[in-house]
Amino acid sequence: MGFMDFFKKKNSGDVAKDRLKLLLVSDRADCSPDVMEAIKNDIIQVISKYMEIDAEGLDIQITQTESESNNGTVPALFANIPIKDLKHSC
Amino acid sequence: MSEVIVITSGKGGVGKTTTTANVGTGLAQLDKKVVLIDTDIGLRNLDVVMGLENRIVYNLVDVVEGNCRIKQALIKDKKYPNLFLLPSAQTRDKSSVNPEQMKKLIEDLREEFDYILLDCPAGIEQGFQNAIAGAERALVVTTPEVSAIRDADRIIGLLEANEIGKIDLIVNRLRMDMVKRGDMMSVDDVCEILSIDLIGAVPDDEQIVVSTNQGEPLVGSNALAGRAYENICHRLIGEEVPFLDLNAKEGFFAKLAGVFKK
Repeated sequence: MGFMDFFKKKNSGDVAKDRLKLLLVSDRADCSPDVMEAIKNDIIQVISKYMEIDAEGLDIQITQTESESNNGTVPALFANIPIKDLKHSC
Repeated sequence: MSEVIVITSGKGGVGKTTTTANVGTGLAQLDKKVVLIDTDIGLRNLDVVMGLENRIVYNLVDVVEGNCRIKQALIKDKKYPNLFLLPSAQTRDKSSVNPEQMKKLIEDLREEFDYILLDCPAGIEQGFQNAIAGAERALVVTTPEVSAIRDADRIIGLLEANEIGKIDLIVNRLRMDMVKRGDMMSVDDVCEILSIDLIGAVPDDEQIVVSTNQGEPLVGSNALAGRAYENICHRLIGEEVPFLDLNAKEGFFAKLAGVFKK
């Protein structure tokens, strides 16, 4: 590997770490991509009742977050739902 | 007063047996009475790593089936009179023993020993279930590779589900030159991913191959890996020992204290 390549390429160690993080989330949750897709579609349906959302830009994932009650980390479902238009005040 | 520790990893070839041999020998050097149990029925190896393969008469399955008394099957180490090996059977399979029998065996050994170390086979099937049945503590061995870490994560989940009280991580086969140039995950990376307590980091060391060739565990020697194992033993008995600077050999690298801070 040339000297300049070193700066261009992402280190393989970081690639490994990123891949593992994603992999373990699905391993731990035991959630198949199909199940995740189903959850995503249901969320779209429910939210769409109240506002117009960008279904394409919607992103959900199971990650870990610091628990407030004890010191450990707990799994959490994060959903990033871009709103296109608030239909009317709810 | 005795503690029962299973050494496990999920993936094969990451260094469970080498770790068992070195940690066991290290604890014996600290004047603890130790027994090592090879639970890998059909693929025994702890005997050769310990250099005791010529002394086997009876094995684990013989004890469980009542063909001999426990004392007849225990092999005394060449160097340390307070270190014993209970070898596995080579011509049987994992179903020759069940978890209940392992629990009973361990209860009997508890009266005699300070530490009972169980060398677990690879995989998560019956051999694994046998090995963890009587354990109250686990050392999970992994290497800084995706496959080994993924398997370690699965194993940690199973150990937690089986209510193993204390689970510690050993990161094995670290190559600091590769970590330095970013082509290997660091100890910190591995700990962050697996989120369990680190009890030791062991560098990839040629001397491990040499010591296995000779059937003499490396722990206590001046080799970097030997010192890493020695530190793990001190931490096991409850002492606080700072993590080794694995870059010491290279000399010119900056101190890695940051990498091993916890």
